[in-house]
Formats: sequence, C-alpha cells, structure tokens
Amino acid sequence: MTKRIILGGAAILLVIASAYAAFFIAPEERTMGLIQRIFYFHVSSAWAGFTAFFLCFIGNLLYVWKRDQKYDWLAVSGAEVGLAFTTVVLITGPIWAHPVWGIWWTWDARLTSTFVLWLLYVSYLLLRSLVDEPDRRALLSSLFGIFAFLDVPLVFGAIRWWRTQHPQPVIMGGQGSGLDPTMKSVFFFSALAMHVFMLFLVAERYALEKMQTETDFLVREVEA
Amino acid sequence: MKNLNSVFAAYLIGWGVFFVFYLTIAKRTAKLRAELERLKSYLPRAK
Repeated sequence: MTKRIILGGAAILLVIASAYAAFFIAPEERTMGLIQRIFYFHVSSAWAGFTAFFLCFIGNLLYVWKRDQKYDWLAVSGAEVGLAFTTVVLITGPIWAHPVWGIWWTWDARLTSTFVLWLLYVSYLLLRSLVDEPDRRALLSSLFGIFAFLDVPLVFGAIRWWRTQHPQPVIMGGQGSGLDPTMKSVFFFSALAMHVFMLFLVAERYALEKMQTETDFLVREVEA
Repeated sequence: MKNLNSVFAAYLIGWGVFFVFYLTIAKRTAKLRAELERLKSYLPRAK
C-alpha cells in the first residue's frame, strides 16, 4: 500500500513536471507551431500503452506456462491500462491531425492498426467477462492475449514499412529523421513520466484483481 | 496563439480519460473492500 502511494505521488509530480516541460521548455516547432505540443502527450501515451500491453503479453505467456493466477492478474491489469492509454492516443491524434491535415481521421496503416489494437483489447476484456470459471477464463484470455499482442509490432512498424498520412518516425526513425535536442529531452522525460504513471495504474489494477480473487474465495467459503 | 483550443482540448480530454479510469478502479476497490470486510465478519459466526 505504501509503495503504491509513493509510486502514485511520484507519477503525479512527474506528469506535472512533464506538462510544464512540454509547454514552457520545449521550443515551438517551426511548421506546426503550438499544436505540435500535443506530440509530448500523444506519443508518450502510445509508448506507455505499448509497454502495458507488453506486460499483459508477459502475464499471458507466464500463465500458459505456469498456470499461476498472479500472472493472469498482471495480464488483465496490463490490458485494461493499455486500453486506457490507447484510448487517449486515439483521441489526441485526431485533435492534432485536424488542424494539420485538414481531416480528423484517415484509414492509413498506422491509424487502422492502432484502432484494430484498441478493438483487440476491448475483445480481450469482453471475452473475460463472458467466462465465469476462473481457470478457463484465464487460459482462454491468455491465448487470445498472446494473439492480440501481435498487432503491437505492426502498429510500431506501420510508419516504417508503409507510406502513411501519419508522419514518419522522429524517434528511432533511421537516417534523415530526428528531433531538436531540447525537444528530444522533453519527449524522453514525458515518456518516463507516462511510464511511471502507467506502472502506478497497473499496480492499482493488480491490487483490485487480487482482492477480487480473495473475495470470490471467501464467497465460496461462506456458501460452503 | 493559433490552435490553443485544440492543444487545451487534447490535454484536458486525455487527462479526463485517465481520471475517469482511475476513478473506476478506486470505486471498484472500495466496493470490494467493503464486501471483503462483510464476508470476513460473517465467517467466524458461520463457524
């Protein structure tokens, strides 16, 4: 509990500092101007979402291997938190796109694969809600979760492998790509802040899932 | 200050989503904690 409070406090301080850095330290981008400041929130949320889905994937793999419920708790926590971050990405992206592209949305490879990712993890959570028996639910959702994670590298690679309306990568984009050094520092600081915030949410969600299992156990005890 | 409204909207809606998500976790946790306490108090009496 104390560790979660410390993590929560650190997350709040870091996200406030990262918002300050995005607005007051990062220089204004020459072509897009002020609207480009959404980048620090949008891309760092996407990265934190990917990491949350990776935690879900690890939880799924370990559950299939070891059949220990704590890995299922990790998986569902990562899926729910990752879904929240991807929702933010899907909302902030069009708000950024509209003044720059003149359209809110286009079905290019990056946007479509991100939307599919969102749908896959909604399906993962729906599947869990449809199966009552805990072990069966954990196994079925683990298998589906492993499949769902295959879309994450596809989202990451979409702007590298195909021509898209979405901008080409400015981080890890290879030759010709890049960011102003101050912008880069502010971005990595924002990514760190979002990752700490994501870990805090995963820890909170994990504690909830653990408590749910304890409650289910006690209900069975009382009914017996 | 062109597009200030869009930047403001993106940050406000984005943090709004996180806030609502955290609220749902906190609400579910509080409900479960109460249920857990109720069950724990019931168990010794049942035995």
